[in-house]
Amino acid sequence: MALAPERPKIYEGSRIPQPVPTILRVPEDLRDSEDVLEINFGPNHPSTHGVLRLVIELHGEDVVGLRAVIGYLHTGFEKNMEQKSWWKAITYSPRIDYLSFQNNELVFVLAVEKLLELQVPEKATWMRMCLAELNRIHSHLVWLATAALELGAISMFWYCFRERDSILDLFEMVTGTRMHTRYYQVGGLAEDIPPGFFPEARKFCGWMPKAVDDYETLVDQNAIWLERTKGLGLLSAEDAIALGQTGPVLRGSGVDWDLRKASPYLAYDQVDFDVPVYENGDVWDRYKVHMDEMRQSTRIVVQCLDRLEQMEGQPWIADDRKVVLPPREELHTSMESLIHHFKIVTEGFRVPEGEVYVPIESARGELACYVVSDGGPKPWRVKFRAPSFVALEATATCMTDALVADLIAIVGSLDTVMGEVDR
Amino acid sequence: MTLVVDPARLVDACMHLRDDEGFSMLADITPTDYLDWGSRGTAGYFGTAAGRDLNSPGSQGLPRTPEPKAKRFSMNYHLVAVPGAQRVRVQVWLDEDESVESVISVWPTADWHEREAWDMMGIRIEGHPNLTRLLMEEDWEGHPLRKDYPIGGEPVRFSEET
Repeated sequence: MALAPERPKIYEGSRIPQPVPTILRVPEDLRDSEDVLEINFGPNHPSTHGVLRLVIELHGEDVVGLRAVIGYLHTGFEKNMEQKSWWKAITYSPRIDYLSFQNNELVFVLAVEKLLELQVPEKATWMRMCLAELNRIHSHLVWLATAALELGAISMFWYCFRERDSILDLFEMVTGTRMHTRYYQVGGLAEDIPPGFFPEARKFCGWMPKAVDDYETLVDQNAIWLERTKGLGLLSAEDAIALGQTGPVLRGSGVDWDLRKASPYLAYDQVDFDVPVYENGDVWDRYKVHMDEMRQSTRIVVQCLDRLEQMEGQPWIADDRKVVLPPREELHTSMESLIHHFKIVTEGFRVPEGEVYVPIESARGELACYVVSDGGPKPWRVKFRAPSFVALEATATCMTDALVADLIAIVGSLDTVMGEVDR
Repeated sequence: MTLVVDPARLVDACMHLRDDEGFSMLADITPTDYLDWGSRGTAGYFGTAAGRDLNSPGSQGLPRTPEPKAKRFSMNYHLVAVPGAQRVRVQVWLDEDESVESVISVWPTADWHEREAWDMMGIRIEGHPNLTRLLMEEDWEGHPLRKDYPIGGEPVRFSEET
């Protein structure tokens, strides 16, 4: 017996529903049928990855209608950030996407630095890259753990969370907190890299590729896993681009586009890594992209560690006293430092007038921050381009001709984080 | 690069950018409210009229008056040429009573972005097939991200003394 059924080929033309691209409407001939059952999937269903509500219409086991209702986790981050000084607003950004928090923090800090035209020390750039990649692995691990759990592979959950925990231990070592670290400061890092980080991180990097092999051993030959992922949730390259998809969803549909390669930020042009691309645009290919990205991220982390180890004693934050807090010990001896410290903490630093849009590649795709400043100490407008928000828009297209059981696998494969969708 | 476009010709401009210039993806739509832009005033020797309040950041005013804006709202369409790195921002300026054409026919991804713009900023989108609230409840009043929408404007239950 073949392990997996013949996988349907990627479709021709467009499958995006009309006239509303995000709503799958019940076909004409079924509209008056009494066999169509409308049910709520969520908002409190465990496999909705948070509080996503999908209103689905079923005809037997076929999903014939679908619409997503979001907003249950809307907390007004953007409005809140407008009320806070620039450096207090940094605290909000990681909470938007609670799995890929370092990346969210990074994108906001990068946007502010772009407005300030601030030069960041090399050490901070490399450490940011190191943490961003560890965070990507962290996010992918949680994705894999929960997506596999939903398809019945419970053991995967325990294995992934074991590695996830070691990443969180590393974060705790560096920043003092396991999640929502607020380690990036405008201008660099909040503190120097602590002693003992490098050996621990190297230990993790030595182990991680083997762990990914282990995960693949668990499910790659598993008939249930193959049947529930191959050929499901198809999304063609044209549709993916039209629907604004980025990250693993886009690369699973055969488009080789990664911001780390296309428009390198930080020091991604100085590290060696590959961008995994798969052609079929199904759940399986998205899963494969995630797995390969974890390996590639580990490669990047190792290269970052190599560079960082040679930067012992170098500054980790820019030396611009109008923006960056002065070193603690100077406060006792220097009046100017005390004044700067006081001004930055009470009033906040001022950011020159302007508007910027800074995109980076987060674990879920293009994460961007649009920031407008009026020259004052508070942002005028902050808007996050949330990759999961856009990924969720593709649900209706991916769910064409799908069964209700596939819904779990397909929504899971889009890797959405509801905190980021609703902001 | 920012292209400022006349709202009436937005869809034409977007079609041109997509088909002839290769901007195949709409990354984001970011509406911004510029109500009272620059009204905080500049900081001077005497501080602001309200005096100096250390607990309120920015009470000292701005270092200089920012450039005035054309109209109250701006709608920014961030385009990117996938697979590539080229980006362009299409900007449309609107007053409170003005609406903008939907670009859903150009990029289907605009669906939720436009609904969010309506929900959060109250920008009317003409020709959108399903312009309903996205993040807030259906019967919500007001548009939270507008500058005249107060923070803490929502009554909190059990917070008042009885």
